Amino acid sequence: MSSTPKTINMIQAINLALDHAMEQDATVLALGEDIADKQGGGVFKCTAGLSAKYGTERVKSTPIAEQAIMGAAVGAALGGMRPVAEIMLMNFMTVGMDQLVNHAAKLRFMTGGQTHVPLTVRTATGAGFGTGGQHADYLESWFAHTAGMKVVAPSTPADAYGLMLSCIFDDDPCLFIENLPLYFVPGAPPVPGTRVPIGKAKVVREGRDVTVISYSRTMLEVNAVADELAKRDISVEVIDLRSISPLDMDTLRASVAKTRRAVVAHEAQVDFGVGAEIAARLQQDLFGQLLAPVGRVGAARSPVPFSKALEAAYLPTAERISAAILQTLA
Amino acid sequence: MTALTMTPLSETTTPSRETLLEIYRIATLIKQADDRFIELIKAGQIASPYYSPRGQELIPAAISVNLRPSDVVVTTYRGIHDQLAKGIPLEPFVAEFMGKATGTCKGKGGPMHITHVASGLPVTTGVVGSGLPIANGLAWAAQLKKTGQVTVCNFGDGATNIGAFHEALNLASLWKLPVVFVCQNNGYAEHTKFELGTSSRTIADRAVAYGMRGVEVDGNDAVAMWSAAKLAIDRARAGDGPTLLDAKTFRFRGHLLGDDSHYIGKDEMAQAMAADPLPRLRAWLIAEGHASDAALSDIERHNVEAFERAVQFGLDSPFPDTSELERDVLATEIAA
Repeated sequence: MSSTPKTINMIQAINLALDHAMEQDATVLALGEDIADKQGGGVFKCTAGLSAKYGTERVKSTPIAEQAIMGAAVGAALGGMRPVAEIMLMNFMTVGMDQLVNHAAKLRFMTGGQTHVPLTVRTATGAGFGTGGQHADYLESWFAHTAGMKVVAPSTPADAYGLMLSCIFDDDPCLFIENLPLYFVPGAPPVPGTRVPIGKAKVVREGRDVTVISYSRTMLEVNAVADELAKRDISVEVIDLRSISPLDMDTLRASVAKTRRAVVAHEAQVDFGVGAEIAARLQQDLFGQLLAPVGRVGAARSPVPFSKALEAAYLPTAERISAAILQTLA
Repeated sequence: MTALTMTPLSETTTPSRETLLEIYRIATLIKQADDRFIELIKAGQIASPYYSPRGQELIPAAISVNLRPSDVVVTTYRGIHDQLAKGIPLEPFVAEFMGKATGTCKGKGGPMHITHVASGLPVTTGVVGSGLPIANGLAWAAQLKKTGQVTVCNFGDGATNIGAFHEALNLASLWKLPVVFVCQNNGYAEHTKFELGTSSRTIADRAVAYGMRGVEVDGNDAVAMWSAAKLAIDRARAGDGPTLLDAKTFRFRGHLLGDDSHYIGKDEMAQAMAADPLPRLRAWLIAEGHASDAALSDIERHNVEAFERAVQFGLDSPFPDTSELERDVLATEIAA
């Protein structure tokens, strides 16, 4: 196909970003379980075709061994490469945590700047596929809480493309969070080579009554709610965070200073989550200007349930997001 | 054990006189540094937990003479012997131990995490077993870049019971990485005797499970250690894959400074001390005619003088400014 497609999904966007990065820079590597074409090009096909194009030395399938994967990526990064490690699902990050949190995130500081770890870790998660309690957690706040790490969670294919390039060419370890349902949502194709800066949120919808801050898959619900509320003449400003850490407080403050009300919505559990950090900062910075406490919507404090009957009660559904918005307006 | 039990080796695998004296120089420097650090800590001039390598000096000394400056060494919190053997410059090394701004890591690493990239010391981990997966990555980068660089990864016998060890050995063997895993097997994992924590007969046996060369060697025998290290390093450099060296040694000064080694039998300790590898090597070098007593004393004196200059440099150096907290966290400084 020679013409540019009208839409592209996130799998294709990530694949394109990896392809462009590997083409541009021979030090860019990819490693992870089953990522080479012989093993299927990744369980979600994000790396399909890359080993055929760049060879199995640069696009390397690994054993099912997250400590070994993460450690090899850290070491290769120290050795002058720009590895992109795929940890199939975010829950499996737990197996490789030591390498990421104790080493990748800290080595620049602990060596007094002698070393740095230009590592990108890609990982997918998200409820909705009936994978139950150990395959769908959102654990982004663990990593955002770790000094020395950057965390991004795009919601559109174009942002995924641009942030992937930024992460790969960033000189610090970046966690790139992908979402299973979002993989298949089409969006506008990226402009080839265009990077999205890490640490920059995007106002995706302007409004005057309340600011809703979200990221990753929950953006789908937030956008739908904003459409619904518009019909009732409630004007919602929607911010797609895109980067969780560093947090773009300038954009958040400017918006909330205008609307004077805010709700944070994410798929992770509410307790001790990203929403808590944002709420705290907004209330600290804009205490006198806020007309209502900052609302928070997220998952229930339980493991991700299997049963569909429990899922709606667990997830930050459109209804719950809508209710939280209305509460700030009450 | 006496000096005369040194492993006999053929001409071609015997280190030269110069190499033997270099091994001795490094090993004595390590012992002197260890003695001096303990004095400084006890005198209150350095405040830090400290993990002495006393008794294990010959292992890195015999390895390092087989390495190129461009080769890299990964080590652990018990690591000053590995760092000194790799040739870390003494002044910033001691300053780092003291947490000073002039240290190799600007005082941000400290005794458990001393690194010096220019000397080939990029990673010193405080987490047992964590160095092995990273060593693989360093070796993978070298393999891809075809630099001929070898990565040596040091750890203790306790580290062979943690998952990272097993994942790393499997991957290194699978990818035929230019890495040498050196288990400095001192017989104790913290306070637990080898057989109470390790189910295999030897550490070397564990290599078999991963299709890797596993070699038992007397790490307290300079010639045997030199020979085993040379073969493993040469093989790695030639693309023949990794080796696991099970270097038998002993730890004289406990797990952590202040630990009285109460869990080690008195007889076992006495026997080990009597076989202290340093005086044994010294006596052997003289007996074999490699050096005179006076020549070895010169080496020792030179070491002491150089180390004392470094101690003075460290003591005279300033502590880091608190603004350093915001620096080196990320590439760009963080605004509070």
